[in-house]
Amino acid sequence: MLKINNLHVKLEEEDKEILKGVDLEVPAGKVHAIMGPNGSGKSTLSYVLSGRDGYEVTQGTATLDGQDLLAMETEERAAAGLFLALQYPVEIPGVGNMTFLRTALNAQRKARGEEEISAADFLKLVREKAKALKIDADMLKRPVNVGFSGGEKKRNEILQMALLEPKMCILDETDSGLDVDAMKLVSEGVNALRSEGRSFLVITHYQRLLDHIVPDVVHIMANGRIIKTGGPDLALEVEHNGYADILAEFA
Amino acid sequence: MAAVAKPKIDALSARLSALATPEGGTWASAARHAARARLEAMGLPGPRDEYWRFTRPASLNAPAPQPAAVFDDGGEAPVFGEVDRLKIVFVDGVFDAAASDPLEMAGIEIERLAEAAATDIHWARDLFGVLEARGQDPVERPFAALNTAFAADGVVIRVTGTAARPVNLIYRHGSETSDAILHHVVKLEEGADLTLLENGPAAARFNKVLEVDVADGAAFHHVRTQGRDHERQAATHIFARLGTKSTFKSFTLTVNGRLTRNETVVEMLGDDAVAHVAGAAMGDGAQDPFHHDDTVFVTHDAVNCESRQVFKKVLRNGAVGAFQGKILVKPGAQKTDGYQKSQSLLLDEDSTFLVKPELEIYADDVACSHGSTSGAIDEEALFYLRSRGVPEAIATDLLVLAFLADAIAEIEDEAIAADITGRLDGWLQRRRG
Repeated sequence: MLKINNLHVKLEEEDKEILKGVDLEVPAGKVHAIMGPNGSGKSTLSYVLSGRDGYEVTQGTATLDGQDLLAMETEERAAAGLFLALQYPVEIPGVGNMTFLRTALNAQRKARGEEEISAADFLKLVREKAKALKIDADMLKRPVNVGFSGGEKKRNEILQMALLEPKMCILDETDSGLDVDAMKLVSEGVNALRSEGRSFLVITHYQRLLDHIVPDVVHIMANGRIIKTGGPDLALEVEHNGYADILAEFA
Repeated sequence: MAAVAKPKIDALSARLSALATPEGGTWASAARHAARARLEAMGLPGPRDEYWRFTRPASLNAPAPQPAAVFDDGGEAPVFGEVDRLKIVFVDGVFDAAASDPLEMAGIEIERLAEAAATDIHWARDLFGVLEARGQDPVERPFAALNTAFAADGVVIRVTGTAARPVNLIYRHGSETSDAILHHVVKLEEGADLTLLENGPAAARFNKVLEVDVADGAAFHHVRTQGRDHERQAATHIFARLGTKSTFKSFTLTVNGRLTRNETVVEMLGDDAVAHVAGAAMGDGAQDPFHHDDTVFVTHDAVNCESRQVFKKVLRNGAVGAFQGKILVKPGAQKTDGYQKSQSLLLDEDSTFLVKPELEIYADDVACSHGSTSGAIDEEALFYLRSRGVPEAIATDLLVLAFLADAIAEIEDEAIAADITGRLDGWLQRRRG
């Protein structure tokens, strides 16, 4: 599914290397987690994969089912099946949530040469998906994320994921700003989407999210590299001992 | 008044030589002669006039208009086509009876200006050129005086009750060299209610004056679209006088146009009146120049009145937008609530937004504010939309519509607001191809 090979990335504005040779492979149907201390490059990796401006890839490759992600526009990556759930979902005053969702879905369908969804079918689809995430009609009517609580914003991200049905989902610190109940709700939403053809890359600081979304593989990232890979136990180890031990091991 | 400079007199003579005073009865002739005298005393605007600092008046001054191609809209459904309305059609500034509905509606009298002007005793006598003349102080508006002096066509509308449906003035553009001058007068009697719709490019060059007298407790709603001929030019004026507890709400959508100058002059004379003036403009200077100027002057001369100005402009490829907005609060106009917002979204570094907000306040118990911003597209929002698969061009247009939404929200009628939004969306879509 997702293959990242020796990826080096620096900030465009300053000569500062953030990713220093990331190697990572997420097979189809698997959930991989990336943990790591602040500033290790986790979020940068998610942004680079989704094509955000401001980063320059100096070396390496990233492919999704063999397609060169780095050569594609952000919207093309989305249509190819990549989805990034943002740590801080953006508020867009003046754009209705429903308009946003329908425009996104139809744009992806169009890009894949599929028919646009009818207004009636779309409404039915959104209502069904929204219900499971406890997203009410009011949230759908309001401008995108405007006046949403932290939990509502994250649920809105998962709703988009459920509607767009991407094959590769990256969750960037989806647990940040969530209380226990909201984290459960969001995790249930994610777990409902787990399937053989869909992979997840879950980026998080804390182990607690991984109690709800149980990963197949856990990677530890530090200083722009994946320094250790293991099973779910690795997350527990971090939880108990912090990053210091692992970092010392690779210093 | 200072002597008028010679170049201005020369420009005026050249301009006047191309115009003829229309036929009319006693009162109309007197009003036209008075307007001509006003015009001769001020001359046409020149490049050094402070009020024309942002907009060059040369092409409006010229004896003949620059030719303007007629835009092919691909046969799209007409603006306001879904609204049940009384249509009054002008082609290149000339009333077209065959294309218009009969000028009859309950609660309202509609006549052509020429008919009213030929009638000896007519209510329009107290308004025609009268509100325009009031609006010449403290700032001169020569094109409005020229309009009163030379407009041969237009309508005069008197509303006594609640108009059963909106009146729609439709301005078609047929000739590439048309030079249209129209003058309308609307009188809303006490407690009356009218929605006036205007749409169409009108002519190669268009000079229009709308005088509106809103009596106590009356409500006037005005929605117009100016588009989409690229080379058209227009200088329009609205002069409104508001009575006690009256309402005046005006919204304008402008798309394309080499030069548009919309002046709105509102005088609040009765207590507790409400005046909202809003505009959304969208211009692309890639093929033809786009210059759009909103000039607003609101005078508070009564107690507890509210005025709002909300203007939004989306500019790209060297398009120019200008806003001059003034709130004048006269002595004694206590409890005035005056608000002014002018914003532009610049889609590139070639476009320009020129702005001059002004507050002049002679009362001590008032709340007046103004805000002006000029910004680029929100990169965070753009990335977010694109990361969901929305192509950049569509994402940009979504954000453009979102930016204009504030101004469109000033339209009270939801169906009409939806028509405006839908149309903008459609135009943006076609522009994307």
